[in-house]
Amino acid sequence: MREITLARQLGEVALAIAIAPLFTGWIAQCRAWMQNRSAPPLLQPYRMLRKLFQKDVALATEASPLFRATPYVLFGTMVLAAAIIPSLATDLPFAQAADAIALIGLFATARVFQSLAAMDIGTAFGTMGARREMMVGFLAEPALLMVMFNAFLLYGSTALPSLVDGYAAHPALIDPSVIFAAIAFLMVLLAENARIPIDNPATHLELTMIHEAMLLEYSARHLALMEWASSLKLFNYACVGFALFFPWGIATHGVDGTGTLLLAIVALLGKLAVAGAVLALIESISAKLRLFRAPEYLAIAFLLAVLGLLVHLLLGANTHA
Amino acid sequence: METDFAKDQQLPIPSNIQSYLLRVDREGWLRTAQALHNADAKFLTLWGADDRDRDAYFRVYAAWLLPQSILVLEHSIEDVRNPSYPGLSTIFPAALRMERAAYDLLGISAEEADARAWLRHGGWPGNLFPLRREVSASQSYPLDPEPYPFVMVEGDGVHEIAVGPVHAGMIEPGHFRFSVVGEKVLRLEERLGYTHKGVAKRFESLSQQEGHRLAARLSGDSAVAFSWAYCAALESITYTSCPPRAVALRALALEHERIANHLGDLGALGNDAGFAFGLTQFSRFKENLLRANTLTFGARYLMDYIVPGGVAGDLPEGGGDLLLTQYETLEEGVATLRSIYAEHAGLQDRFRETGRLEHRLARQFGALGLAARASGIACDLRVDHPWSPYDGLVPNLVTQPHGDVAARVHVRFDEVMESLRLCRILLEGLPAGPLQNTPTVASGGCLGIGLIEGWRGPVMVVLETAAGGGIRRCHAHDPSWQNWPLLEFAILGDIVPDFPLINKSFNLSYSGQDG
Repeated sequence: MREITLARQLGEVALAIAIAPLFTGWIAQCRAWMQNRSAPPLLQPYRMLRKLFQKDVALATEASPLFRATPYVLFGTMVLAAAIIPSLATDLPFAQAADAIALIGLFATARVFQSLAAMDIGTAFGTMGARREMMVGFLAEPALLMVMFNAFLLYGSTALPSLVDGYAAHPALIDPSVIFAAIAFLMVLLAENARIPIDNPATHLELTMIHEAMLLEYSARHLALMEWASSLKLFNYACVGFALFFPWGIATHGVDGTGTLLLAIVALLGKLAVAGAVLALIESISAKLRLFRAPEYLAIAFLLAVLGLLVHLLLGANTHA
Repeated sequence: METDFAKDQQLPIPSNIQSYLLRVDREGWLRTAQALHNADAKFLTLWGADDRDRDAYFRVYAAWLLPQSILVLEHSIEDVRNPSYPGLSTIFPAALRMERAAYDLLGISAEEADARAWLRHGGWPGNLFPLRREVSASQSYPLDPEPYPFVMVEGDGVHEIAVGPVHAGMIEPGHFRFSVVGEKVLRLEERLGYTHKGVAKRFESLSQQEGHRLAARLSGDSAVAFSWAYCAALESITYTSCPPRAVALRALALEHERIANHLGDLGALGNDAGFAFGLTQFSRFKENLLRANTLTFGARYLMDYIVPGGVAGDLPEGGGDLLLTQYETLEEGVATLRSIYAEHAGLQDRFRETGRLEHRLARQFGALGLAARASGIACDLRVDHPWSPYDGLVPNLVTQPHGDVAARVHVRFDEVMESLRLCRILLEGLPAGPLQNTPTVASGGCLGIGLIEGWRGPVMVVLETAAGGGIRRCHAHDPSWQNWPLLEFAILGDIVPDFPLINKSFNLSYSGQDG
């Protein structure tokens, strides 16, 4: 039994690592279609990774070990995050070790390392990107926490698998606060993953960059790991969103069998396909915000999440623990 | 105060717009410049020439646009060992970079406080001046870069961001030095000249019949304007008339160039604000127009279409109808996209109040062309000094008062529509007849001017012929010279990440100013 659970855990992580670039590629395809362009192949991100892994690393002479270690730290944190998010099943041994608050902490760790590494070389762009990233980060984190609290109140637990299990136990539950939280979460997701309207992943204008500015000094396998970690981060956020708001199809505690797991995979792919299209749509119809509007944007996200909490408390909805 | 600028001493210069030459001494140079400033004349360009082989002088020239004509001042510098002349930058700030460039090329000093090299990036020794007659163009020198002191801004928390000349995207090279506090820009200093190709020297080894091809290549996006300006200068010198059909086709090409560039810019402006949809749509329309150019004029960017004495080819059978249909779809599409841009709150938030170039500042610094019109300065050579065929077309002047990115977007939209209107009139009234009159070869020592309103602003070519059908000196001037310094002001008060958008809204030429 224990072996099966462990295998399931490892399988889930492996799947996350494997299909995260696919999700990025899918969003790029949807974006291209919506803009009347012919789309790049779905597997383009994998080709990019292969190309980067084959190249030799060009490293700045001033690069410290921190700079070289960061890609591995970043990739590692995102893999670990994937291990505690119930994307396929809730019966995850790793998830018992860390709850959703620890997950936010993991993301914060990654951010700190990435920002430090960006400043390590001492170029103007790296510092600029790191500065902006920290600004976005420290505004986005509280909003994300509020979203999580909202869910915790609903199910009385801070562990993501328990939330999904809780939902499975009371599938008919629809709480108005969830709508507020979902919108707030979507806004945070866009901001945290360097998407329009906060950042533009496709830009070549170094002065406007946030996330890309931090990667400018990276090359070859380092860059590949950073890119892969970004894909994983987006994938993880999407899976957190599914766990919080659309937890259908996830194999819950105590329910075993390959059938449910297969169903969970199909459900996940379906949800990713829809989520990718929705993200691409949002990115295609909006322009990038002026940088100093980002605090307003994230304040709105925070406010919505708090409103969700208030709605929940005011309506006095009962807790399904 | 003299208001007619010694009319009795002025000599006419052959040009497509009435032009006069006034020879002045050292003191008259400054005095007349001041009088021109008082008379609100528009500073056009400044250049120098090495005439030591002819009469033992260096010469410096400066040109202004008056309401009726162009006035060129010529000052002969006697001291050829230490040639210098009084600089004009205190009266016309735009002159400073041109004076620095003139020193790099000819070694004539403008006695300015800022004597840093402008075009010479250590590519040739500091005591060597490529445009002097004795210097061979084929000689090459090892690269020896020198430090370039930027103006430092000091204070608590002030730091510098150095951008370029190599950028993350595929764009022309230019260096921008920002002094910032946080994201706020306190000062911007540009350094250009990275694409200096020695065009002026190259002209001197070409024949008069070849020069238009080089002129077209000075700034590829203004190929029509530059080649027309060159041809206008040459045709004025040789009294060659251009057949009516060729004149109309030239104007058609010029308007096509304007439309294509505006479409490209409008798309890029949307993209720089994160609205990639705009870029793909405008790129589609631009591409369709470029393909129509290939079918009707024989070249996408209309390179070498305008030749001395006329144009290189006629419209093919059915070409007119093809273009008329093209105009119709274009007009419809641009109108739709305009309403999308106008109704997109996010886009308008980025465009409005960003990169404001106030009317007063634009006047003071002598803004030209599109950027000037977006800051409420009513100037368009096609309207103010119409040359053939614009005298019969009567184009409408497009201006916007506000001077921000939104205003420059507006002017582009309006000008696309206006150019489409002009194109229709030109096509429908296209005269029959020959396409080219063979120009005669000019004798040596004749000065001629061509001044054409390109899509970016007035493009000027000053041509001096050499005996035997050669070119003695050719000065090609892009309006970017005047407008680049304005960008340094437009960014003030804005934040660093808004710079690419502001820069794109001007879309100035690097190659054109670097020469």
